[in-house]
Amino acid sequence: MQEYDLVIIGGGPAGLAAAVSANDQGINSILIIERDDQLGGILNQCIHNGFGLHTFKEELTGPEYSKRFIDKVVALDIEYKLDTMVLDVNDDKQVTAVNTEDGILEIKAKAIILAMGCRERPRGALNIPGSRCSGIYTAGTAQKYVNVEGLMPGKEVVILGSGDIGLIMARRMTLEGAKVKACVELMPHSSGLKRNIVQCLDDFNIPLKLSHTITNIVGQDRLEGVTIAEVDEHRKPIKGTEQYIPCDTLLLSVGLLPENELSRQANVKLSRVTGGPEVDESMQTSIPGIFTCGNVLHVHDLVDNVTTESYTAGKNAADYINGIHHVGTGIEVFATAGVRYTVPQTINAENIGDGIDVRFRVGEVFKNSYVSVYFDDALEMHLKKKILTPGEMESVKLTKAIFNKYSDCKKITIKIEKE
Amino acid sequence: MSTRELTCIGCPVGCALEVELQGNDVISVKGNTCKIGENYAKKECTNPTRVVTSSVLVTGGESEILPVKTEKDIPKDLIYKCIGALKGVVVKAPIHIGDIVLENVLDTGVNIIATKDIEKS
Amino acid sequence: MMFDVTIIGAGVVGCSISRELSKYNLKTCVLEKSNDVASGTSKANSAIVHAGHDANPLTMKGKLNAIGNKMYAKLSEELDFPFKMNGSLVLCFDKEQLGDLNTLLEQGQTNGVPNLVILNGEQVRKMEPTVTKACVGALYAPTGGIVCPYEMTIAMAENAYTNGVEYKFETEVISIEKTTDKYIIKTNNETIETKVIINAAGLFSDEINNMVSQHKFEILPKRGEYVLFDKAAGDLVTKTIFQLPTKLGKGVLVTPTVDGNLLVGPDAVDAASKNDLRTTTEGINDILSNAGLSIQEPLPMNMVITSFAGNRAKNATNDFLIGEATDAKNFINVASIDSPGLTCAPSIAVMVVDIVIEKLSPEKNLKFNPIRKGIRKFREMSNEERKEIIEEIPEYGKVICRCETVTEGEIIDSIRRPLGAKTLDGVKRRTRAGMGRCQSGFCSTRVVDILSTELNIPRYEVTKSGGDSILLTGKNKESL
Repeated sequence: MQEYDLVIIGGGPAGLAAAVSANDQGINSILIIERDDQLGGILNQCIHNGFGLHTFKEELTGPEYSKRFIDKVVALDIEYKLDTMVLDVNDDKQVTAVNTEDGILEIKAKAIILAMGCRERPRGALNIPGSRCSGIYTAGTAQKYVNVEGLMPGKEVVILGSGDIGLIMARRMTLEGAKVKACVELMPHSSGLKRNIVQCLDDFNIPLKLSHTITNIVGQDRLEGVTIAEVDEHRKPIKGTEQYIPCDTLLLSVGLLPENELSRQANVKLSRVTGGPEVDESMQTSIPGIFTCGNVLHVHDLVDNVTTESYTAGKNAADYINGIHHVGTGIEVFATAGVRYTVPQTINAENIGDGIDVRFRVGEVFKNSYVSVYFDDALEMHLKKKILTPGEMESVKLTKAIFNKYSDCKKITIKIEKE
Repeated sequence: MSTRELTCIGCPVGCALEVELQGNDVISVKGNTCKIGENYAKKECTNPTRVVTSSVLVTGGESEILPVKTEKDIPKDLIYKCIGALKGVVVKAPIHIGDIVLENVLDTGVNIIATKDIEKS
Repeated sequence: MMFDVTIIGAGVVGCSISRELSKYNLKTCVLEKSNDVASGTSKANSAIVHAGHDANPLTMKGKLNAIGNKMYAKLSEELDFPFKMNGSLVLCFDKEQLGDLNTLLEQGQTNGVPNLVILNGEQVRKMEPTVTKACVGALYAPTGGIVCPYEMTIAMAENAYTNGVEYKFETEVISIEKTTDKYIIKTNNETIETKVIINAAGLFSDEINNMVSQHKFEILPKRGEYVLFDKAAGDLVTKTIFQLPTKLGKGVLVTPTVDGNLLVGPDAVDAASKNDLRTTTEGINDILSNAGLSIQEPLPMNMVITSFAGNRAKNATNDFLIGEATDAKNFINVASIDSPGLTCAPSIAVMVVDIVIEKLSPEKNLKFNPIRKGIRKFREMSNEERKEIIEEIPEYGKVICRCETVTEGEIIDSIRRPLGAKTLDGVKRRTRAGMGRCQSGFCSTRVVDILSTELNIPRYEVTKSGGDSILLTGKNKESL
């Protein structure tokens, strides 16, 4: 049984930032366990730019962003293992992993940070009807083929879902010689960043079909085409609006799911809304000493937010190892009326320094509305927002001064109000 | 006088911009929250540009594919030609972030540089 | 090429027959038009080993079911494929129909099914707490089981092959000519001469028969759709839950699979063609709402992994068509093997081989080895066993499919072993890589790499399931 102070599962942007942050607090016995053959996580295949504007004040591509942190990890001599898959984590903070060289690794940790990221929702999970031919990929898998292997998944492409990965791949496939015929989106609005609609669809005259879905997939061995139809307000296909689009490739960008198999095995309490662990202000889960950050906690739009969240997790894991356990009153943060969830779900006011960013997502589009924050029944914040959409993570900063004002508060409620 | 509505692509916020034009001249820019938006609006209406990210082949390295980007933005109507210029480009490992992969692409004065380190295999 | 016996079709029936035949000194070959075994109905069915109370005692189905069922315990051990006798319940929702349960019980007893018993609603829910409160009684069949139909087919084929049977893939029968003492089979590749033909061509068994015999029959493909749920939902029920046919329809099953998933389905709809394997919105909605009637809680829809369809080879008589064609000596039909075809595959094999033995009087194959060892599965090993196997084969230390914990060692074995995988689906069915919750999103690029290396072909030539099912259309920028 090997022993480390801190074991970090996942060497992507979340795990790397958490490692650097913990090391900053004096923790040297750290092991990052990464299943891929290199550090960097999903950023290794995100060769487009748009990363790092907040963190580094410049727009970097994915690999450039992750290199900044890989360099730090190497410079700080933080230990990491590649090509190593974690098989189990238990609530005793024991980690079991496997690789070809060491065989089975059994590691005891004082603290663990879960940074496993997320996976893509597959076609099967949506029961999209039709044939099970080849040529159907999730956008991320196609991205791996194109950006890492140099191979094209297809020539004539339809994309289902206007999330960022779908939009990015629309541009990427076009610039590698494929013809992208349409981006089909179930909702009446896109779920990706507006800038990506411009630079990935508009720039290439790729039509965006809002309020549409795919009703049939046609193809014997390989995909031959898809049928799309308009949907009504209940998102059900409208008969008579069907259109057949010949294509040989279907890319799916229909949702990201935090990958919490190991969290389940560790008996960590998961949120039914996010699919990720429930945490407090220190990014600690329901198991003392097990922390989490990044897409495994909740799916982010900006890696810069992953970095700040992971710094917090790393710092607090270090505190935990150093015997500083933040136990507090644990104010519940309640999401309702348009707000789907918040991270964190609990706040110990003693531990927030001069303030805390509570991150949240709304469940639908709100125009000219207010983000309202109640401390028990008192309305403390009422922020006007021109637009709120599910595709863009929001945050409110709750300062220490506010918590001091409501020292007996039991519950914070965040909701969207019309006035 | 005409008005044009744009979405700024300068950063992930994507401010909705309103640009007033007199012929080809930009009179005013509204809706931006920072200078990036103002600059973007002016450029987009007169001489739209883009940063282009792509990939080239690598020999002798730990990976076969090297991601690259234009060091600065180039005229938007040169995007396809720029990609065409990268077809068939092969670099040898080792190669590092910032190394020039293609100099002065299409005579724009802009280099195409590597965005990933690929060491020798 | 001259053979004693040629089997047309490498589904579970054809492969089971081939394994049975390999116990004798006969020159046997199996012709399969796809590039792998279990490419047709054998890979897309309910995976049930029926107890045997459903079939009419006067039919072949009735006669062969219980016998076949009994053979599974020994076969699954000899051939190392997953089988579990978990028991089954036929639920009755209407007091007026309780008599039908009795009819089934009596029918089952006539068919030789042991230990059948009728339970009342309380007893059913004691045995299976998630069963709906609307259930008023059920027929309990302890010998009902679940199996992995394609692993079984693969195991049969591998064992047959190691015992001397030849397998010819991508070999489609074009025509069959009967001469006085043999048959001449023209395929898209070679011409085969054979004394005896066994027609186990599944959905296409009518076309094969009609090449040879004047007594023509027609296969009517009936499509059934299924929905598969995550292993996390796999313990919703422990027994296979059937429903008594009601006025609304035949009844849909809810069952654990032998690998631990939850399976729901099928419906039964006339397929547009034998190759029509579409899933449809109506079909899926139908089976989900019907299946939901069996259990108290709604089905966990956020745990759906995938849906698929399979076609059954039905014919107008609704029974198996097994026997020598009366106008074509030595042409033996084993046609239209729909439910309980999977269950009966072992007993059909014995029956058919008996016919062959009578004709050809072959010697026993003294070198016959009944044991076939499957791929050693990392996910089923203890940590000690894992340490050992990684020392022996380091590739067992590299996890490729993280959802199902499948290692590179297993994937390489699946390609290198007899009748090994040649495609993504071939690897999938032998190792489960790609069958998990991410549906090969993570592992497919890696499996393609391994197939490319092992088969010595460029990555863009690897296919999903042979034929034109290419995965990649070329290299970057080629189409610019």
